Amino acid sequence: MTTTDHLHQTEDPSLTSEGRQGLASSDVNDAIARLIEKGAVLRLAEADVADETPVEVADEESMIINMGPQHPSTHGVLRIMLELRGETVLRSKPIIGYLHTGMEWTGEELSYLQGCTNVTRMDYASPLFSELAFSLTVEKLLDIEVPDRAIWIRMLMTEMNRISSHLLFMATNGMDLGAVSMMLYGWREREETLRFLEKVTGLRMNHNYIRPGGVAADLPDGWRDDVLRLMDMIPPRLDEYDTLLTGQPIWRERLQGVGVIDTETCMALGTTGPILRSTGYAWDLRRDMPYLAYDQVEFDVVVGTFGDCFDRYAIRLQEIRESIRIVHQILDRMPKGDYRIQDKKVTPPPRGRIDESMEALIHHFKIFTEGFKVPEGEAYCAVESPRGELGCYIVSDGSSHPYRMHIRGPSFVNLQTLPHLMHGALIADAVAIISSVDPILGEVDR
Amino acid sequence: MSDTSPTDGADEVAEPTEHAAEPDLVHGIAASWSHGQRVVHPSRAELVALVKTMHDDGYMMCLDLCGADYLDHPGRTLPEGIAPERFEVVVTLISHREASRVRLRVQVPESDPVVPSLFGVHPGTDAMEREVFDMFGIVFEGHPDLTRILMPEDWVGHPLRKDYDSGRIPVQFKGAPSR
Repeated sequence: MTTTDHLHQTEDPSLTSEGRQGLASSDVNDAIARLIEKGAVLRLAEADVADETPVEVADEESMIINMGPQHPSTHGVLRIMLELRGETVLRSKPIIGYLHTGMEWTGEELSYLQGCTNVTRMDYASPLFSELAFSLTVEKLLDIEVPDRAIWIRMLMTEMNRISSHLLFMATNGMDLGAVSMMLYGWREREETLRFLEKVTGLRMNHNYIRPGGVAADLPDGWRDDVLRLMDMIPPRLDEYDTLLTGQPIWRERLQGVGVIDTETCMALGTTGPILRSTGYAWDLRRDMPYLAYDQVEFDVVVGTFGDCFDRYAIRLQEIRESIRIVHQILDRMPKGDYRIQDKKVTPPPRGRIDESMEALIHHFKIFTEGFKVPEGEAYCAVESPRGELGCYIVSDGSSHPYRMHIRGPSFVNLQTLPHLMHGALIADAVAIISSVDPILGEVDR
Repeated sequence: MSDTSPTDGADEVAEPTEHAAEPDLVHGIAASWSHGQRVVHPSRAELVALVKTMHDDGYMMCLDLCGADYLDHPGRTLPEGIAPERFEVVVTLISHREASRVRLRVQVPESDPVVPSLFGVHPGTDAMEREVFDMFGIVFEGHPDLTRILMPEDWVGHPLRKDYDSGRIPVQFKGAPSR
């Protein structure tokens, strides 16, 4: 486990305290050739399996078996078609789409103001990040800048959300591997974090709190005490997790050396987030392509060494600590001022004005019925979600609805590593591997 | 600690203030700026070669590949010499060394919606190309397993096309208005 210091950032982001972690293009080319040749991905249509037509398998002793979609370890409804020889996984193919509800299509039907209610339901474990990516893209198209306080509130809320999302990972990862007490601890701490999010946004999940132009409401009275209470409570609990899991021989046996991936493969597959960092490659958008005000806070990018399931677990655990460090800095530096932009084009007038002014009433009505118009153009903005790069691509035709809204879900792309991680592993390890990729199927299927 | 003002976008690149008289080119291919983001407009024939060249330049990761259907919005702004077509395939590449993203917008005509696959350069486009095929019916030539990914395998039509009749399936609730 190594860390790279945010402040000692050199011009080369691949330089870590463990030496240069950069990639030569030819290494990646080798990885691409390997990926194409090795054939860890099962290329088989569902219809062929259903028809019981003779399937081309490696030899007579191998068989094809379905894991999921109702398997408890598949985090929702993911089905994996596995080609097995005995207990060894040869090839596999993730089959998705069970949660597909056409959210990108819905995004075209909703106005920009309503859009956040839609995207927030994609990654339901870290909803604020989708809202943030969507809002940043709309703001870029509108060419507006949100007030300082809104920026820092967004940072506070997304870091709290990162903590809750990683705590959820701790819980489910423990559950998948049979550490049931970890499941209870993880859910317990996550619930405490969600309680804070609920107090600020009104909802435990699917907040619709970060909106184009700022945030929906200012932080409530006493928010600082709530955050401080959480920040005092969580670190000792994390130490408990360390005692319970990190040093425990059974836990290490289950995770170390399981599901190994290297940097070149990650690059070729477009993998981001903790999976990429577990290979020792320090790439975090918060540090390397800072958005909001992440260039003004101090934190470390946590990287692994071996690229196995244990590194991914340890990275997420340590990232909770880094988030806590960021939250402390945000508490010290939270500026005063507006929590949303005072641009009449995008922001409805304050409630008090509606009683006094006819124009304000009309304006209020227009914003909520018609929505605000966004100039023609297209833009892509991305944020570092707990799972990797979460991007939003919007095409505007000048109306009040996006002409095309696309979310680049990190879970969707990261899921492609599964066949490569599972190749040659045991079926019991497959459970640990799915868990360590931490896919949220709402975001995969959208 | 730097005192730079907070940024709203991650990949703001200093856009040249004065646009030179000669056309804006990246590797000899028409390019433009969109809200401080670099956009290149290769043709379908130029796509794979351009992605390979950019791969050697450090744009080693393909972040995203998505489609767009411009049926209702044909008059969009494109650089000179690029004829707008109905479909567009939008590829986002990232260079970690330079910390910058580049977006490629490929025009795809309705009459022949075929694009060469990027699978050979970026195997990570596997699922993304399947999604674009599923949603828009754009065929990626050379893709090893171009099947539907989100919709059921026997589904007819491509849901994100603008002329797809979204109310085609009767709602199974009592009293719902029939279309």
